[in-house]
Amino acid sequence: MSLQMISVILGSLTIASALMVVLSKHPIRSVIYLVITFFFISAMYILMNAQFLAIVNMIVYAGAIMVLFLFVLMLLNLNKEMEPETSRLGLISALIAGGTLFLVMITALRDTFQYGKGYTALKTPESGLVENLGNLLFSKYLVPFEISSILFIAAMVGAVLLAKREKQVID
Amino acid sequence: MEQLNNIGASLDFYIFVSIALFSIGAIGVLTRKNMIVLLMCIELMLNAVNLLLVTFSTFFGNGEAQIFVFFIIVVAAAEATIGLSILIMAYRNSKSIDIEMFNKLNG
Repeated sequence: MSLQMISVILGSLTIASALMVVLSKHPIRSVIYLVITFFFISAMYILMNAQFLAIVNMIVYAGAIMVLFLFVLMLLNLNKEMEPETSRLGLISALIAGGTLFLVMITALRDTFQYGKGYTALKTPESGLVENLGNLLFSKYLVPFEISSILFIAAMVGAVLLAKREKQVID
Repeated sequence: MEQLNNIGASLDFYIFVSIALFSIGAIGVLTRKNMIVLLMCIELMLNAVNLLLVTFSTFFGNGEAQIFVFFIIVVAAAEATIGLSILIMAYRNSKSIDIEMFNKLNG
């Protein structure tokens, strides 16, 4: 009973902080709310006993990626009047489009909702632990794991090449 | 020990939360003009998908979906890096982070 209360509060806090990411005018506030959202999502992973993913989500997302975002925000040194404005028509049509997307997905998954109504028990609680995931990752999914390291090298070289300041032409 | 075998709310609640997160991210991508906030909304949508994958992974008792979440996190990190470096380059050339700036490309 109390666990259910905790997860409902957690879910509503997640949705509220995600809304604040979109609604807040200042980009730095958006980053902070996004970090809070990621922490709540990590807490949900822990509730579902996906402990490895909870830690990875906290280290990689809330740690590395969000620090990168904050760093770029500080580097660009934006001020208030540079915040671009959205037109009223665009805002209304985007709200209608997003609301329709939400309704369509809820309706499409109606049968799933009925199927999973009373379901709260974990079938195999150990499936999200490091031991099980490590066995899977280094046996069946070894090749994608190695390919992802090549992707990282490509991304690193690309980022350095893109963000490098071009040479000053002296004449 | 009984608490460990319980995921709190039922499955439909987690699906609802992840659909709501995805829709909020989509609305953010459509409404905001700031390039950094746009990238953050994409991260939000990726996290909604991750949450759905973990939910169904616990539902079917199969750990393989969590490997896919791991790969999604890897690709998201690479994508954020490239996106931010493109943003820095665009800011250096035009002194603006408005997404409308890319209209100048006339694609």
